[in-house]
Amino acid sequence: MNPMAQDLITIWPEILLAGGICLVLMVDMFLRDSHRDVTYLITIVLLVGLAWALVGLPSGAMAPEGTATAFGGSFISDPLSRVLKLFAVAAVATVFLYSRPYLRARGLHLGEFYVLGLFGLLGILVLASSYSLLVSYLGLELLSLSLYAMVAFNRESPVAAEAAMKYFVLGAIASGTLLYGMSLVYGVTGSLNIGDLEAAIGRPEAGSMMLWVGLAFLVAGVAFKFGAVPFHMWVPDVYQGAPTAVTLYVGTAPKLGALALAIRILVEGLPAVGDLWQVMLAALAVLSLVLGNVAAIAQTNVRRMLAYSTIAHVGFILLGFVAGTPEGIQAALFYTLVYVIMAAGSFGFLVLLSSRGEEVEELDDLRGLWQRSPWFALMMVLLMVSMIGVPPLAGFYAKWWVLSALLEADHVGLALAALVASVIGAYYYLRVIRLMLFDDGGQATAAGVPLDVRVVLSVNALLLLLIGLLPDRLLELCARAAALI
Amino acid sequence: MIESMFGIGTLSVLIWLPILGGLLLLAMGRKEGAATGLRLDRLLALAISVLTFVLSLPLWTGFDPATASMQFVERVPWIRSFNVEYYLGVDGFSMPLILLTTFLTPIVVLAGWEVIEKRSAQYFASFLILEGLMVGVFAALDGLLFYVFWEAMLVPMFIIIGVWGGERRVYATVKFFLYTFLGSVFMLVALIYMYLKSGSYSILDFQNLPLTLTEQTLIFLAFLFAFAVKVPMWPVHTWLPDAHVEAPTGGSVILAAVLLKMGGYGFIRFSLPITPDASGELAWLMIALSLVAVVYIGLVALVQKDMKKLIAYSSIAHMGFVTLGFFLAWAILDRTGSESGIAMGLSGGMFQMISHGFVSGALFLCVGVMYDRLHSRQIDAYGGVVNTMPKFAAFMVLFALANAGLPGTSGFVGEFLVILAAFKAGFWYAFLAASTLILGAAYTLWLVKRVIFGAVANEGVAGLTDASRRELFVLALVAAGVLGLGLWPAPLADVMAASIDNLVTQITHSKLQAGL
Repeated sequence: MNPMAQDLITIWPEILLAGGICLVLMVDMFLRDSHRDVTYLITIVLLVGLAWALVGLPSGAMAPEGTATAFGGSFISDPLSRVLKLFAVAAVATVFLYSRPYLRARGLHLGEFYVLGLFGLLGILVLASSYSLLVSYLGLELLSLSLYAMVAFNRESPVAAEAAMKYFVLGAIASGTLLYGMSLVYGVTGSLNIGDLEAAIGRPEAGSMMLWVGLAFLVAGVAFKFGAVPFHMWVPDVYQGAPTAVTLYVGTAPKLGALALAIRILVEGLPAVGDLWQVMLAALAVLSLVLGNVAAIAQTNVRRMLAYSTIAHVGFILLGFVAGTPEGIQAALFYTLVYVIMAAGSFGFLVLLSSRGEEVEELDDLRGLWQRSPWFALMMVLLMVSMIGVPPLAGFYAKWWVLSALLEADHVGLALAALVASVIGAYYYLRVIRLMLFDDGGQATAAGVPLDVRVVLSVNALLLLLIGLLPDRLLELCARAAALI
Repeated sequence: MIESMFGIGTLSVLIWLPILGGLLLLAMGRKEGAATGLRLDRLLALAISVLTFVLSLPLWTGFDPATASMQFVERVPWIRSFNVEYYLGVDGFSMPLILLTTFLTPIVVLAGWEVIEKRSAQYFASFLILEGLMVGVFAALDGLLFYVFWEAMLVPMFIIIGVWGGERRVYATVKFFLYTFLGSVFMLVALIYMYLKSGSYSILDFQNLPLTLTEQTLIFLAFLFAFAVKVPMWPVHTWLPDAHVEAPTGGSVILAAVLLKMGGYGFIRFSLPITPDASGELAWLMIALSLVAVVYIGLVALVQKDMKKLIAYSSIAHMGFVTLGFFLAWAILDRTGSESGIAMGLSGGMFQMISHGFVSGALFLCVGVMYDRLHSRQIDAYGGVVNTMPKFAAFMVLFALANAGLPGTSGFVGEFLVILAAFKAGFWYAFLAASTLILGAAYTLWLVKRVIFGAVANEGVAGLTDASRRELFVLALVAAGVLGLGLWPAPLADVMAASIDNLVTQITHSKLQAGL
């Protein structure tokens, strides 16, 4: 087979998605508002097709466990990328399934939502497969620009506009930081290809100041995309300001992109200076755990609380990197996947409660939900318990694996710090349970929510229980996906 | 029998039957105010809990008391990548505790029969799920599986106190959750550490794992955090009075009768056999904390004005006896080396756990009966109850005497054995331990004097009606346990004997020589 054809086969899912996006865009232009569901249906079909393409990639160079590169080694298709892509597609599809009634109730059910969401997904796919600093940057910008636009999606809302502005300015700075770091690393190594970096760095001499500075900028960029302290300022504002359906999107799939960015650049590209970035990440992780968990306690707005909770979870994910072992990376991958499921469920829960029009904003709105919508209160209990990390829900195994990796790498102090922080964190998750179950009052209700959203939320929450009872499959999947790194 | 019928092990049935039954109840939804007529939820709950108890009897009848090895073993790989197994089994320590659990759950269901009107299906469901998880804790032989059950238990208990509790229920239940959660996470670190050393999560492998004294000490302290909070030992006991006072009657019963026992069971299953040398090094601390619990908490109980609080403090004091019995082993070892003395302390502690399960549960049931009528837990709201509730008063006096350790009741056996063991350890140990006989009698009997005896104190008491047939039946069931164990302790002693001998061997053989 000629090399060009080989390359095209390797990026076949991305081509499919890009073509699909054009189709959605075209079709949507000719639809009246009342027929917007057609856009929705095409989008869902496209995502299903994409998932199918990812699972059953054309054979040949692509053995199920195999690795193929394209475009001179700047693009890679390996088990890790396939797992990340599959989850990203599933996450985005879930977001769309949740969002339709919510958007329609607010007159926001527009084709652009799907198009932007799909472009963001394309960015995540590129990030997952990137094997070059430049391709990573391309993927990241594609994702970020889609996100900025989505946050500002509700033109009427000044809060959303402010959040988008803040996000855009800070995000642009972070992208600049990242790009600067990349250029410094390029200056030291003379290569952009991640596969060549390690050999080019050779043995890091004490004097390679430029590499260190470049690394620091890279870490800062990655930390911003994750939302780790002290690069977290945008997270609470964006989560609170954006329409809930967009928060749902921002809070889920892009985390997979950030994880891919960190794994590709730091773990695969720069293991030679691993000691250095592990120390940096350790500091970021501890700060995120402490600030995230403590600040969340003080929140009264649900989305803001969940934003700080995200920051705390990111701290845990980074701890997997700090361990520095393959175990640690696998644990970080597992944690991220589980977190995406939990975040999809909890933001999805808010979307569901807001589906009929009135926005569920404050924690107090949830009071007494058990009396009005017992089933969904129960599902939220599952989600919160999983976030705390209480077995037998999936969140426990995520924490357990990260701890296991940390202890194996002799980071006992960090492990204890993480545990104490998560005990502090338990408090505000318990408060949500308490408001729903123990208290009275509040208005939020799930009455009148369409069946499909109800089913999606139930499946989402029960999935955490299922993973918790039989965690073996997902654990092994993550172990295999990250084994080759 | 069950094994041949369904191909599922007895222990699995005892864990999953109540949990699945509880989920079914949960799904039944809620019919408010359906107090009249047939209430399906409570009938179903009773049926499931009684069935579970009946199915747990084969554990007793089919138990081989001659061996210390695990019985009714089920072993299936669960998480292959970490060598975690679904590994269940019982020995002489866990089997009686499982029976205690399955015996008390139907009683708790009966105790809530008419009392719980708010969302009763969910109330019973929580207790059934809790029952399955508690059996799981006692039956698990894999460290991680144990931890899963141990932690999962927090959620139903959190909900039971929070939804059906008293006025300050939110404060009490959050405190309960955070306290126990904080304690447990350190245990998780210890479990992972031992897994990394041994390549397995099996508790029996942990017990054979050679560990240096430093490792043992750290592991011991990690376990101590988890178990001391649960027991609870002084000074981490403060969550218990709050939780007990605010919990509904059923919650208090399960909390006192079973949940506290998990701490004691943890010491027997983990601390003593896995870290015998560290336990020895720190035995002085454990004995001191236990004696503080016995003496100081005994004095604290004396001045309580709230009945539930008084019983809660009495629980702490009694549980201090349990840990005292366990850790006296090293004091005896140093002084006389008498293995029979060590065995006496251990079996005294075990007896005390089982007996306290019955007695404290019964006392909380009694308070519940009175509370349902007058809606007050204050001692001075009562007085002369015997005049209006003679049958009930008879039971209450019986349980109070058992709490004070009267010979012939179950409370006597454990205390007597521990005090005997304390004499082998030294006079002052025994002297302080024996002070419980005075203190325990003082606060319990004074409680009875103020509440039960005397002249009718007020109109509320004058209007009391005696316990209903349901309430008397419940109390009679527990009374049978209290008297049975007190008059004829041999069966329980037989069941435990082999396991205790085995544990004595583990205690007296240092891991340090074996490892080096």
